[in-house]
Amino acid sequence: MNHLSEEQLILHYYGEEEDGVAAERHLGECDYCRALYGSLQRALNVVDSLSVPEPGAEYAERVWKRIEHRLPARRGVGWAWALPAPWRWAAASAAFAALLVAAFLAGRFYPHPRQPAQIAAADLQAGERILLVAVGDYLERSQMVLIELANANSKGPLDISSEQERAVDLVSENRLYRQTAAHTGDAAVASVLDELERVLLDITHSPSRLSPNELEKLRQRLEAEGILFKIRVLGSNVRNQEGQTL
Amino acid sequence: MELTDLAFVTKARLGDADAFRALVERHGRPLFRLAFRMTGNQQDAEDVVQESFLRAWRQLGKFDERASFGTWLYRIATNCSLDLMRGRKRRSADSQVEDPALALPSGDPTPERVAMSGEVRERVAEAMDELSASERTAFVLRHFEGMRIEDVSRVLGCQPGAAKHSVFRAVQKLRRALEPLLNGAR
Repeated sequence: MNHLSEEQLILHYYGEEEDGVAAERHLGECDYCRALYGSLQRALNVVDSLSVPEPGAEYAERVWKRIEHRLPARRGVGWAWALPAPWRWAAASAAFAALLVAAFLAGRFYPHPRQPAQIAAADLQAGERILLVAVGDYLERSQMVLIELANANSKGPLDISSEQERAVDLVSENRLYRQTAAHTGDAAVASVLDELERVLLDITHSPSRLSPNELEKLRQRLEAEGILFKIRVLGSNVRNQEGQTL
Repeated sequence: MELTDLAFVTKARLGDADAFRALVERHGRPLFRLAFRMTGNQQDAEDVVQESFLRAWRQLGKFDERASFGTWLYRIATNCSLDLMRGRKRRSADSQVEDPALALPSGDPTPERVAMSGEVRERVAEAMDELSASERTAFVLRHFEGMRIEDVSRVLGCQPGAAKHSVFRAVQKLRRALEPLLNGAR
């Protein structure tokens, strides 16, 4: 007779085995497996008896009072911010594509004196504006992560896992914008984005808890490279260009 | 996902703090239970719950509305608990403190806890502390939270096979650690 493995007995205990009837039948016939299963049940019953303290009826209220003033303001502007991050990029791309199609149709069917070159210029301007909005927003979010780390004040280990998660997203977005900038020949933008990507990558590869020394080193690096200043300057230029394309 | 969770999440994404408060009220207590099982300490559990909601607020834009908000929140709380446990282990190693009683739940005594002998409680807490972070997490989610292994894998962000093996290893370790005690008691 083949005995049930410990893994099969564990799955049986949790009701996740493939053939519960066969396992039950085997346990009824096999003393060895029944003894092993009994031992498993007793151990898990003892673990079960560790109780959880009752946090009280007002627990949720208490939690809320503690976190309410610590919630950073969310940017409640426009429907696009209600979308998850990947969808924001998709929405921007869709808007760009729709503009191109609309511009094409307008040029094809609307009889006005504008020349094709003018229409193409308008398309390009619209596309450029969408890209500028996206890059401007991207730079702001990157800046926020870096500022949070640069201004963190902690005497003990600092948990930066949240900043790391945001940095991971920013790195993948960065590549898109950097490649676009390189493609359009905007070397200055591509260069700052390249530097920013390296800083963000370092943050994502750091331990999730930074000691005060590690935090200080990171702060010094941010200062030495002047990356925050570069982002601010680039962000400001982008906003200016964005205004000019309106 | 319940429709109301989704409605609150959508409002909260637009900056509606009251909508987020409703999510705190709905999920606060289950999250506390999970955090307590993970950390074994009431104060730590409360810290984990607060930090989880703060992270959730900051990351609401990343939440995929096709998923369950509760599962997503559990994932955040699990990560917060793991961070805390790793930090605690490091601190404990640094200060050479090896008193297992320090890892015991610190809440007021309940009738069950009083009824349970101190020795058994200590051994269970010790055995739980011997589990690796992923084993403990998988075990807590499967055993105490009643999640199916597939859901455990979603929270842990791993394949179901990996989650299953974490549960196996956890149960095997617990059984072996507690067996001498149980045999002695019989």
